[in-house]
Amino acid sequence: MYDWIVSHKISLGIWLKVCVDFLNTHAQPFFDFVSTVLSAMVQGLTDGLTAVPPLLLIGLFALGAYLLHRSIGLALFIVASLLLVVNLGYWEATIETLSLVIWSTAVCVLIGVPIGIMGAHRPMFYEAIRPLLDLMQTIPTFVYLIPTLVLFGLGTVPGIISTVIFALPAPIRLTQLGIASVPPSLREAALAYGATRTQMLFKVELPSAMPTILAGITQCIMLSLSMVVIAALVGADGLGKPVVRALNTVNIAMGFEAGLAIVVLAVILDRVCKRPAPRKRKAAR
Amino acid sequence: MTVVDQDMRTLSAAAVPAAAPTGAAPQDVARESAVALRDVDIAFGRNVKAALALSDEGKSRDEIRRRTDVLMGTFKVNLDVRPGEICVLMGLSGSGKSTVLRAINGLNKVARGAVLVRHRGEPVDVTRCRSATLRDVRLNTVSMVFQQFGLLPWRSVRDNVGFGLELRGVPAAERNRVVDEKLAMVGLDAWADKMVQELSGGMQQRVGLARAFATDADILLMDEPFSALDPLIRDKLQDDLLELQRRLNKTIVFVSHDLSEALKLGNRIAIMEGGHVVQYGTPSDIVLRPANAYVAEFVKHMNPLEVFDSGSVMTPAAALRRDGDAVLLDGSGEVRLRVDRSERPVSAQVRGREMPLGHVDGSGAGNSAGLVVAPVDLPLRAAIDLRLRSPYPIVFVDDLGRLAGLCDHTEIYRGLLQHP
Repeated sequence: MYDWIVSHKISLGIWLKVCVDFLNTHAQPFFDFVSTVLSAMVQGLTDGLTAVPPLLLIGLFALGAYLLHRSIGLALFIVASLLLVVNLGYWEATIETLSLVIWSTAVCVLIGVPIGIMGAHRPMFYEAIRPLLDLMQTIPTFVYLIPTLVLFGLGTVPGIISTVIFALPAPIRLTQLGIASVPPSLREAALAYGATRTQMLFKVELPSAMPTILAGITQCIMLSLSMVVIAALVGADGLGKPVVRALNTVNIAMGFEAGLAIVVLAVILDRVCKRPAPRKRKAAR
Repeated sequence: MTVVDQDMRTLSAAAVPAAAPTGAAPQDVARESAVALRDVDIAFGRNVKAALALSDEGKSRDEIRRRTDVLMGTFKVNLDVRPGEICVLMGLSGSGKSTVLRAINGLNKVARGAVLVRHRGEPVDVTRCRSATLRDVRLNTVSMVFQQFGLLPWRSVRDNVGFGLELRGVPAAERNRVVDEKLAMVGLDAWADKMVQELSGGMQQRVGLARAFATDADILLMDEPFSALDPLIRDKLQDDLLELQRRLNKTIVFVSHDLSEALKLGNRIAIMEGGHVVQYGTPSDIVLRPANAYVAEFVKHMNPLEVFDSGSVMTPAAALRRDGDAVLLDGSGEVRLRVDRSERPVSAQVRGREMPLGHVDGSGAGNSAGLVVAPVDLPLRAAIDLRLRSPYPIVFVDDLGRLAGLCDHTEIYRGLLQHP
């Protein structure tokens, strides 16, 4: 029995390979197109940001953070930590990583929020995609790194695609949660005053779910950042590259410095994306 | 419109027994009504058909639920609400009062029957009309106030009040003009730019009221709007609502579980029990002639002074003794009232001496010297006050000035004891 089971191997892996090969030969123009667009977007943003003198850009970041949160402490922290990154010599890599994270997040939001909305409106659909979302988050990254590499070639693009696959479930889940937990009384009030479906979505559901959706986007940014090193394995530029190189050459100093830069970026993004302090409320109760 | 017309024809045909000469009368009633419900069954659940069949067999709510897993919200509810009237739906929780209310603007689906709402001058059956028509009804004709306010917490007071107009697509400038006007009406003009969360419960419900008034809808649905508020604030808002209603003359369908609120606000009250309307009538009808034990239990602890008008306790004119063209107002025949051919009081004699007639208005104000003549809808409280100051019984006349009845000590005591 055992021998029979062993000798009649089900060729799951082969089937997948056939699929990927099929896509690679017949849908190549499509993947090339996606690849060209994505890499142009990342490159464009990177070029734009590096064209600005680093010190000026740091100042702008700090100013933006201050305007958003009205916190001197945060602004000072941003200035100090980014100056450290410049000093360590990872400014350019940081910018590359930043633009990779921004575009991955943008793609995730663009795909994830509408899917989340649809999931909230159609519970059956959400039930159907839930196993897929679990799969996307649990399957080891390296496993889908290989087919993306085959389909999109080396470079930043397979990095972005892998990042999107990994980070996409967060905005989907949290958008679904946010919209599904809109208080029924608000829906009802809007309905009673004659809201159409579109009005319901944009005037009631999205505003009500916005805090949850923003939490999903923040989570998405953090997940994207955690993929930086893995993206570097398939040739994406950024802070992951020196880490990979340090790993290959057993360079403790370089690994630590590049890792520190990633942490700095993560902390800054997390603090900036945190919801601004809620406006004063319940004063007159 | 033709569709509705036909609906109405079949409806009126169904509503009138075969022996009745024409189906015209109920149709006219529906045409005059701002809201009319015709044999409305509402059911929650999947197997509605089976539940309705059981309901036709006269099975109870519990049995229907046990056998089909369908919860019957209402059974054959009929209701006519006249324009400009406050109709209060009253009952315990689970009696179906909110269910009926929410059928009027289509928030609840009706399993059977018709809900006619007067929209742009014509009755529209909201259970059968196209969804575009239903939306038009909600945008322009029917607005709603909710128990939990239903305000959007991320919006300012102004933007909440303007919500209905915004959904209708009214430009911002026009919207703000209306919003300012309605906010002034409910006394919140200074709060327009606050967030609703910053307001107290009573103020939030004022915002809810302003939002309902902002669309200039003729019909207002109010789902226990004051139940979540402190008693003092509730009382204040009830007074404000009555004051606004005097000016605006809306048609209001008001849900309440509180009899004193119902009696205070309602021109007519529908008492609901287990999905049935068990009695529909004026406040004094309900209190004086409760239709069954359930209603009687409700009204047992009522303060009759708050409810009765004199007409409901007086001895009617037909029951008074006559002597030629004179009506005898007391047992011994010493107080006599002469009436003309059309029954209008002309003069009075007390022990043979002429006595002037003192006419007062519906609140008891006016000349109360001599024999007092008052309109029949004079509140009982005012009648007692007048009787206290006058040595003679109070005479009541209807709105054409004809003798309607008489109120003396006996009638007052009976009224207070609720033994007509």
